[in-house]
Amino acid sequence: MATQTTTSADAFYKQLGRMYGTYTGGFLAFIVLLALLEQVGVPNKILGYLFVGFTIVVYAVIGVMTRTAQVSEYYVAGRRVPAFYNGMATGADWMSAASFVGMAGTLFLLGYDGIAWVLGWTGGFVLVSILIGPYLRKFGAYTVPDFLAFRFGGNVARFLGVIVLVCCSFTYVTAQVYGTGLIASRFLGMSFEIAVFAGLAGILLCSMLGGMRAVTWTQIAQYIVLIVAYLTPIIILSTMKYGIPIPELTYGAAIQEITAREGQMLKDNLAVLCTVESCPAGSLKPHIEPFINYSPLNFFGIIFCMMVGTASLPHILMRYFTTPSVREARQSVAWSLFFIFLLYFSAPAYAAFSKLEVYTNIIGRDVTAIRPWLFTWGELGLIQICGKNAASLDAAIAACKAIAGHPGVVRLQDFVINTDVIVLSTPEIAGLPYVISGLVAAGGLAAALSTADGLLLAIANALSHDIYYKMLDPKAPTIRRLTVARVLLFLVAVIAAYLASTKPADILAMVGWAFSLAMAGNFPALVMGVWWKRATTTGAIAGIIAGFGLCLFYLVVSRYFPGFGVKYAGMTSLLNPVTGKPVIADLAAAMAAPNAMESWPTLAHPLANKVGWFNLNNINCGLLGMPLGFLVIYVVSLMTKEPSKEMQAFIDEIRKPRGRTVLEEKV
Amino acid sequence: MVEPSQANTDAHWRATTRLMFIHLGVWFFFGYVIHMFVIPLNKIVIPVLGFPLGFYMAAQGSLIVFVVMLFMFAKQQDRIDREFGMAEDD
Repeated sequence: MATQTTTSADAFYKQLGRMYGTYTGGFLAFIVLLALLEQVGVPNKILGYLFVGFTIVVYAVIGVMTRTAQVSEYYVAGRRVPAFYNGMATGADWMSAASFVGMAGTLFLLGYDGIAWVLGWTGGFVLVSILIGPYLRKFGAYTVPDFLAFRFGGNVARFLGVIVLVCCSFTYVTAQVYGTGLIASRFLGMSFEIAVFAGLAGILLCSMLGGMRAVTWTQIAQYIVLIVAYLTPIIILSTMKYGIPIPELTYGAAIQEITAREGQMLKDNLAVLCTVESCPAGSLKPHIEPFINYSPLNFFGIIFCMMVGTASLPHILMRYFTTPSVREARQSVAWSLFFIFLLYFSAPAYAAFSKLEVYTNIIGRDVTAIRPWLFTWGELGLIQICGKNAASLDAAIAACKAIAGHPGVVRLQDFVINTDVIVLSTPEIAGLPYVISGLVAAGGLAAALSTADGLLLAIANALSHDIYYKMLDPKAPTIRRLTVARVLLFLVAVIAAYLASTKPADILAMVGWAFSLAMAGNFPALVMGVWWKRATTTGAIAGIIAGFGLCLFYLVVSRYFPGFGVKYAGMTSLLNPVTGKPVIADLAAAMAAPNAMESWPTLAHPLANKVGWFNLNNINCGLLGMPLGFLVIYVVSLMTKEPSKEMQAFIDEIRKPRGRTVLEEKV
Repeated sequence: MVEPSQANTDAHWRATTRLMFIHLGVWFFFGYVIHMFVIPLNKIVIPVLGFPLGFYMAAQGSLIVFVVMLFMFAKQQDRIDREFGMAEDD
């Protein structure tokens, strides 16, 4: 452990600034080099491969260089990662393919209501710092279930903690592997399945040999790539349009133009306004108008579930186990949010600039005058005009001709765009050289890989440390522990990659579910464990089962057994947020349909995801589970015997930053 | 340096709890309460930049508050820890 710190290791930590400074400089020089190669005529495909290949090689080299054979290095990076750098690593750990590629698209589609995700995915760090993170650091755990086991009397609580952890992390990691496949196949033209397994290799090289230590130093490198990649195109675009290189300030003007253009489009009969009387698909929803995509309950529900979920997700909490002190753990949460903020407060600018481009240069234009950047995405089926993939100009013209009474200009309802396209197409919209598109691809990959690394490590550590070492073989020697950890890491990664390669339909929704599940399962037990001495073992176990169980029940029934939910669990149709009418117009008729009681229906099923209690979207099931968890812990704890004097003294101990960690691991 | 005693431990925890509630209050206000007034706030437009205020608060304002507040919290909690002799050695 820390006692083995050598002078060379000290020198290593002193040089961090210079090392990552050089790395950032090298990366920028590499971009310039590729830009020059593009000018002398190197084809785009080669540039794409160079970009992605080079960055992955760099991550792999860092991963191999920082390999380790020490348990504390493997699990918590020796608890020596300075606050600032841990903040960067957490930023990369946190921001997934969904944040990098999907967030701006969501904001494009949903306007104001989409900001629920921005707020939810940032504000949770306040809870991490105030309620949980620093206390777990003082406790000295390797994993979140470690804390639950110590505080709540042993292996039952530990096992429940592992179940919650695996449930919320596994679907999440599958989504990241899926994301790497998507980005690699779009930019490099690889087949999706091959791209998934290529991404897998990249992930394993970073994490297998060095565990947390290697993941930490690669995540910092990945953060630098992803933030440069995210900000570069939008800064250039802002400078071109408004002459000021700060898109976060200039997109206010774009929003004003969007609002003006929306009025003009309605006047020119290019769009139909979504109103209380009728709000068909494809109708205009003004960009800044609130509560037209989510009802206020679901809007604030998403904010709350994502925030509390953030503070309950094990792969985030475990990043704060790596700081040298409790004080630095707190500073580190602040740095994390700062680095995350840099991306999230820029995402609405992407959305605004893209929307303005679509509203001024596509909608209202003659079909024959569509701008050519669009066809690259149309070919992939990501942009549709007049109901058909806009693969070429002729295809778009033919599709619109086929619609009776089509005026020949593109109307809002004629245009459908996949949300992933917004970030990926911005360089082309701005007419930037291909090198910038390659940069964006490398950034998206960095975001997906870094999150996948963190999640895989969280799952494999829980299985190897909590299940294998603590429950099955407590006498296992270090070498065997680390071998088991690596084998499990490999297995989990392969299963996730296999699952991703089958393209499961619910994969993106599952990321949202992970937050609610983590919130219902972990949050009450963690908060009460630190903040309420009276919380007992029985109370916590009952609370985890009740909260997590209710949330899981609501999710699974409303998605996979909706007929059962309506018939036996009193579920009713969700309501349209604008018109207030039920989404399923005739529930009785839908129930009478022959397949209504069928289980595991596809997403297209008329009932799937469309029924529930209190008009609550199933993504917000944590809103039901978490309060129940708190209530059960409170009531059952009061009914059972107060925790022992030793346990109360132990709780006092984790509340004081000073002194040794409570849990001392043998090395 | 204050002697460790149960009274000192309790006083430290009271101060910590108080700080926790203050920050949770600010978090709740900027995470939720202010966005409940988005419709009236959107009638105000930020001069020069052109953002409607309600939209701006959700897209940027609250985020800035969260970041600043976390740095302040780290400082304030450290001050409490030092005052009661509970801080780690520098």
